[in-house]
Amino acid sequence: MSKKHVVSATINGDEVEFLCEARDTLLDALRNSLGMTGTKEGCSNGNCGACTVIMNGQPVVSCLVLAMEAEGANLETIEGVACGSELNEIQSAFLEGAALQCGICTPGIIMQAKSLLAANPDPSEQEIRFCLSGNLCRCTGYDKIVRAVQAAAAKKRSVAS
Amino acid sequence: MHAFEYQAPTKLADALALLAQHHGAAKPLAGGTDLIDQMRTGRYSPSLIVDIKKLDELNVLAVADSGLRIGAAVPCHRIKSNVQIQQDYAALYDSSQIIGGWQIQSRASLGGNLCNSGPAGDSIPSMMVLGGACVIAGSNGQREIPVEQFCTGPGKNVLQPGELLVEIRFPRPVARTGSHYRRMIPRNEMDIAVVGVAACVTLNESGDQFADAKIGLAAVAPTPLLATKVSEAIVGQPVNDTTMQNAAEVAKSIVKPITDMRGTAEYRSHVTGVLVKRVLQAAVVRAKGEILDYVPGH
Amino acid sequence: MATVDKPKYKVIGTRPIRHDGVDKVTGRAKYGADIRLTGMLFAATLRSPHSHAKILSIDTSKAEALPGVRAVVTSQDFPEQGDRVVELGEGAANMRHLSANVMARDKVLYKGHVVAAVAADSMHIAEEAAQLIDVQYEPLPPVLDVLQAMQPDSPILNEDIRTESLGASGDDNSQPTNIAMHYLFEKGNLDEGFSQADVIVEREYDTTMVHQGYIEPHNATALWNADGKVTVWMSTQGSFTARQQTAELLRIPVSHVKVVPMEIGGGFGGKISVYLPPVAAMLSKKSGRPVQLVMSRTQVFEATGPTPGSHIKIKIGAKKDGTLVAGDAWLAFEAGAYTGSPVGMACMCVFACYDLPHGRVEGFDVCVNKPRTNAYRAPGSTHVAFAVETAIDELCEKLGVNPLDFRLKNAAKEGTRRVDGPVFPRIGMWETVDAIKQSAHYQTKLDGKFRGRGVASGFWFNAGMKSSVTATVNLDGTVSLVEGSTDIGGSRTGIAMQLAETLGIAAEAVMPTIADTDSVGYTDVTGGSRVTFATGIAAYEAAKDIQRQLVQRAAILWEVDAAQVKYEDGGVVGPANQKISFAELAAQLHETGGAVIGNGTSSAANQGGAFGTHCVDVEVDPELGKVQVLRYTIAQDAGTAIHPSYVEGQMQGGVVQGIGWALNEEYCYDADGRMANPTFLDYRMPTCFDVPMIDTIIVEVPDPQHPYGVRGVGEVPICPPPAAIANAIYDAVGVRMQTLPMSPPKLCKAILAQGN
Repeated sequence: MSKKHVVSATINGDEVEFLCEARDTLLDALRNSLGMTGTKEGCSNGNCGACTVIMNGQPVVSCLVLAMEAEGANLETIEGVACGSELNEIQSAFLEGAALQCGICTPGIIMQAKSLLAANPDPSEQEIRFCLSGNLCRCTGYDKIVRAVQAAAAKKRSVAS
Repeated sequence: MHAFEYQAPTKLADALALLAQHHGAAKPLAGGTDLIDQMRTGRYSPSLIVDIKKLDELNVLAVADSGLRIGAAVPCHRIKSNVQIQQDYAALYDSSQIIGGWQIQSRASLGGNLCNSGPAGDSIPSMMVLGGACVIAGSNGQREIPVEQFCTGPGKNVLQPGELLVEIRFPRPVARTGSHYRRMIPRNEMDIAVVGVAACVTLNESGDQFADAKIGLAAVAPTPLLATKVSEAIVGQPVNDTTMQNAAEVAKSIVKPITDMRGTAEYRSHVTGVLVKRVLQAAVVRAKGEILDYVPGH
Repeated sequence: MATVDKPKYKVIGTRPIRHDGVDKVTGRAKYGADIRLTGMLFAATLRSPHSHAKILSIDTSKAEALPGVRAVVTSQDFPEQGDRVVELGEGAANMRHLSANVMARDKVLYKGHVVAAVAADSMHIAEEAAQLIDVQYEPLPPVLDVLQAMQPDSPILNEDIRTESLGASGDDNSQPTNIAMHYLFEKGNLDEGFSQADVIVEREYDTTMVHQGYIEPHNATALWNADGKVTVWMSTQGSFTARQQTAELLRIPVSHVKVVPMEIGGGFGGKISVYLPPVAAMLSKKSGRPVQLVMSRTQVFEATGPTPGSHIKIKIGAKKDGTLVAGDAWLAFEAGAYTGSPVGMACMCVFACYDLPHGRVEGFDVCVNKPRTNAYRAPGSTHVAFAVETAIDELCEKLGVNPLDFRLKNAAKEGTRRVDGPVFPRIGMWETVDAIKQSAHYQTKLDGKFRGRGVASGFWFNAGMKSSVTATVNLDGTVSLVEGSTDIGGSRTGIAMQLAETLGIAAEAVMPTIADTDSVGYTDVTGGSRVTFATGIAAYEAAKDIQRQLVQRAAILWEVDAAQVKYEDGGVVGPANQKISFAELAAQLHETGGAVIGNGTSSAANQGGAFGTHCVDVEVDPELGKVQVLRYTIAQDAGTAIHPSYVEGQMQGGVVQGIGWALNEEYCYDADGRMANPTFLDYRMPTCFDVPMIDTIIVEVPDPQHPYGVRGVGEVPICPPPAAIANAIYDAVGVRMQTLPMSPPKLCKAILAQGN
């Protein structure tokens, strides 16, 4: 077995240390070393977005990040989106708008939508669609996902104002 | 994935030393969006990964009167969100916002796109037409070569074992210059270019003649091409359909596309002509200081 | 829109939040690959690089010697199946073929065909070990084209296949062949029909293999315990068929296998056939440890069950007044490596939207060196809808008839007999066409250069089959509902709503659970658009069972004869007009006799069929051959929409899959039979940025076979899009596309050819 290394990172606000091999991806480390299986694996080559997490403020596909690159990084995953038992406005909008069917793409899409709304509180439909183009959903046809992101954005703006 | 070691040096000299020690068995890692997948599929199996993202020299993003410097590891999201690049080096903005989705752009770099040396690299034609020069460091110091000389074949380039691409430098464009990149893809996003075309044009003072023009082409030859013959057909000519149609015909005559699952050679040649016209028109709009009405993929 | 007057419901037709919703937006929901067991090993497979080859030898010694490797299996480890055909819930399977598909024996029949598997301490070690297995092959010439594979001199894939006939005769059954099935259906007199026709359209069509494209790869985690019992945790559309397939492949009793259905990340028909559980189980048996086996995306593309490519000939004729008089169809479908394409169902669907007096349909199921095909959303119907619905568009053009008026005039309705025999009960084909004709979309003129509008209709049978539920009344006035239908798209809420409606309680007062195969009665697959219909009936029956028991409990409380007590409006009413609500009565269960458990099953009910009509506007870039979908409206008969949001979601999702099939999705093969595009990047399913909002019109013509009139909605929305888009492209640029996908290079070529 290859040598294991210790990586220290901040995940969802907590200081975390985990063991990994140099060849483990961040996705491997989250799911296997840390047991955080909310981040999903759909393709392992960056084409579906199911494994999207936020790394140092930017969305990344964790299947194309080496776990060791996370040393010192600030990571946000789906497990940290809700504030305690209170859902984030995106999560609520997805439930109210029936924006998921099988749900396997949902964690990645929520992370991507969270990145979008942080950068652009009032995105147009086209901006939402462009932003989510790296997240495949095979069930919904995207209609209700786009509407849920619009609804979440409106909710977030109304809370902020 | 095969087993390898990982190092993340913070000094350029240390990175170069690591690369030199491993004689080509070490691979630099910037965004990893190509490399990690290539290691997973077994195309590359380096014994050492040298993460170059902690090197200051490779993270430079500086716009000055003298021009633009982009460190080889600067991710696309920094490039596309830079207002001065959006204004003065618009083709780079165009490329940076369509390389993969946002998640890929958070990591992927122009340096990585160059070093991957894919025929369809979306940023390479843009770098060519903007006059980009690659700054390469090695144990014997630095050298500089034009972007169009960097790639030598599919997946191949001029880097010698132990060398590292440090940054890409661009001259400041003169007045009345505009640039644009677009590609034909079957979907509207998340696709490899069937054909990609970049243009950078400078208009004369009255705006009715091409004072300068450069055309870069992707996915139509073993490497991205700087189409100098197309430039010759444009420079000094009036800004009109005839000139652009002529440029399109010249471009079609110089490409050597292949047939693969992304498109036939015949189709690629045809699309080259269509896109050269459209990209020239778009670059002219920008050269005139007007807003370009353009949605990627459409 | 309520097309037919129906009762006022309290729960049905509302939009409660799905019961599993919070788990799915917080990452807590456990899918198959999320399970972690003590001592669990990770497995990897070795797969064939050839599309057709004999296996000469397999040497696993180097793999077994690698530190960290715990078990290696090849076909030698799996029992022989002989010539067995086993009924597996959704059709019978030749067990020799099924077994060879799970682990190749003497031959590999497609690239990616699995030949060995390894379990090890880590994924990395398992992958390394798999590469150390030495397999010697003798490559054979592959056959990839369905028409070539039908030729007598074609390479033969399976020496044991002879043509079986259904309705056809005269097939030569003496020699091995790639033609596994030959279907023939006839109605009326075809020659007479065409002699009445004033206008005839005759065309040929081709479609390529496409994949379901679910985002979650196949997975299985198995533990073969020391007592001989096997537990499999997996993502599956049908835990009971998975259990039976696994047991049959391992040749152990069905009762020795327990399948625990995890949450499932999409299926669309592709997660019914098993690939991994027997392999993971055998690795577990050899290692004594639980083993997890998950496919890569490339393996999913190369070695699961896509839907076939096809070659289709259509000839249709109509009178000047627009009356359809005759139709002839000839269909050849790729079965893939082993028999089993949906060509039989395609034969039944091809003219099903229409009242066709004279018809003939002939179909062939043909083996080729591609993965064994499997169900994909209305299997076979999209292929034939593309052909017949574009042929009808041509016919309407020649007749000078509006295509919607043509469909209104010729629509199948109650009493119409299909070419293959069955007579339709009450159906809503006409109503969906009418809904599109009245829609805001169709009523709005489309302007602009290179823009066009197309319409098309589609049919799917919808299945009944078997379902079971158990419902336990809780003291706090809620009900715990245990069902066997794995939930791919929110169905547990649709089932819970039907139970709630029947009991007169809130949807939120029902707690649904999807149970393992030891914990609930036999339930067929989540497929065939059957769950909301059939498991809904089971929930209705369970609620009725609870009603009967609660009536008795109230009779005890009131000391009256139970015959004088009835259940109505969410509670029980006695002879002196005493009333007690469901919740009040639930609180007194302990005092009146203990637990109340309602059971419900469904097995006899069959569905009447689902229809949809679509309207699409496109804009074609004529220089690039690229199509943008500008606007899309789907009208579909849902019978009664239980949860309208999830009905709309099925319609929208089906449409977008159909758009992908229409425009870009395809299996590209090189001459050696290797798939050139086995990644999401190059397979090109639609992204969010490729499609517009999908407007939905829910038509409701209740199905009399369901207590609330439900019709399944999952499958039929995929059928019309390729044809509707082809018709829109014609309207935009005057080019008739007869091959799928209508990808830019093909459309561009057609436009340029037209210009010349």
